[in-house]
Amino acid sequence: MLDFLKAPVIAIQEFYVLFGSAMRNLFRKPHYWDDVLIQMDTIGVGSLWITSMTGFFSGAVMALQMGKALQQYGQTGKTGQVVSIILVRELGPALTALMVSGRNASGIASELGSMKVTEQIDAMRALGTDPIQKLVTPRMIATAAMLPALTVIADLIGMFGGFIVAYYIYALQPREYWSTTWKALDWHDVAEGLVKPFIFSFVVSLVGCYYGLRTTGGTQGVGRSTTQAVVTSGVLIFVLTFFITKFFVYSSPQ
Amino acid sequence: MAGGNGTGGNGTRDSILRFEHVTVRFDQETALDDVSFEVRRGETRIILGAAGSGKSVLLKAAIGLVPVASGQVFLFDQPAANLPEKEMYAIRGKVGMAFQESALFDSMTIAQNVAYPLLNQPSIAVKPDEARSKVKQTLEFVELGETLTKFPSELSGGMRRRAAIARAVVTKPPLLLYDSPTAGLDPITAHTIIELIIKERDTDNTTTLVVTHRYQDGSLVANFRYNSQSGSLEPFSETSTRFMVMREGKLIFEGSQDELEASPDSYVQKFVKHTN
Repeated sequence: MLDFLKAPVIAIQEFYVLFGSAMRNLFRKPHYWDDVLIQMDTIGVGSLWITSMTGFFSGAVMALQMGKALQQYGQTGKTGQVVSIILVRELGPALTALMVSGRNASGIASELGSMKVTEQIDAMRALGTDPIQKLVTPRMIATAAMLPALTVIADLIGMFGGFIVAYYIYALQPREYWSTTWKALDWHDVAEGLVKPFIFSFVVSLVGCYYGLRTTGGTQGVGRSTTQAVVTSGVLIFVLTFFITKFFVYSSPQ
Repeated sequence: MAGGNGTGGNGTRDSILRFEHVTVRFDQETALDDVSFEVRRGETRIILGAAGSGKSVLLKAAIGLVPVASGQVFLFDQPAANLPEKEMYAIRGKVGMAFQESALFDSMTIAQNVAYPLLNQPSIAVKPDEARSKVKQTLEFVELGETLTKFPSELSGGMRRRAAIARAVVTKPPLLLYDSPTAGLDPITAHTIIELIIKERDTDNTTTLVVTHRYQDGSLVANFRYNSQSGSLEPFSETSTRFMVMREGKLIFEGSQDELEASPDSYVQKFVKHTN
């Protein structure tokens, strides 16, 4: 009767086994630091342009909407404050993670999926290498290092996007915008803005690796894994955003 | 098992690979069904069968790449079925495997691919300088000396197979497994690959298992040997080659080439005649 639950339960179990193995490998030799650096370049530097663009335009759009709403109450000067809080706490981490997920969870799933269907994963095992240690752990470390950094960059560029709109459309003075932007943030916001991308980094890298490594069925299977990786990581990012936000809201000093 | 003489029970002193009632299942599907046989040192074994008959699974089960549902696999007289992955690495260091579609790492050059087992196999791990000279020597052995810096995607199908063979043999393992080495190749290239397998077997006196669906490949391996002085193949009658035929996961025949050709089993007969 409960057979329909079997597949998702097994999937969750397999995911946790992968997560456990990848974490355990952090403390086990050999460490593939060359692969970590290559992945940091691919995931971090490779995603810089799209996350910067996303950050800039989300900050600009937010300033556009908020500036108009605040104008009704004569509070246009608080545009920078609203933009910075929403960007740092919520939109920066979520949108950056979604963009990185779209680019890299799919990339990881298709790369590992192709390796799986062409027996490269089997070959790796036959040649004495643990595929999780060689392929998963470096991607996990690289994403955990780069996603928070990309988020900070996207946040700053988003604030700049908000400034462009506030300055040219709402005629806000630079000093007024930047001082409210800066003062609006406290360490609690910064912590929230860094914890989120750090947790999302495990979702993006491990979901991509998980679907890649369980690929079956040739090139069609690779396409299926890629889609599943993007959809699953995207949904998980939103679900986790809710729970992490809830945790920070309740633990907030204010 | 028509014509079969699988040993089951205990192996002999020279046992390199032994299957004892091995069954492999994927979900509800049985890929290997109660398979037993033994390969001794220096022997050549040709495993014939149609697509989906379990030939490749048999090779993967031999080195622990697929889990065994029941039975036991002995590699070099050590139980090897369902061992933890880390323990398998030491045993796999003594086995070379050439995969069906070459399975070369796309992101690495041919030299890096061939050097991979030398540098990463925990039980081998040689110094980079030594690895470089061995790689060069092995690629020259498979006549790919000019491809060191090329990537797999830059090579033809036949060249990729040769590079995969180079990667399998570079550590000079005592047991070599070839999974459909000629599948998808034109007859001339397929012949070159089989020549290479014979050359490797006779140069290093390696125990060799060749999975194929082409009877003529098996026949060539069984009846020719490599003459290192003339550098070519020559007919050879004192053969230590045995044949096996797989059908739907079952080992339905095991014996010599003469026994194979004389087998009363209609499937074996059809298979041999069809591919002859």
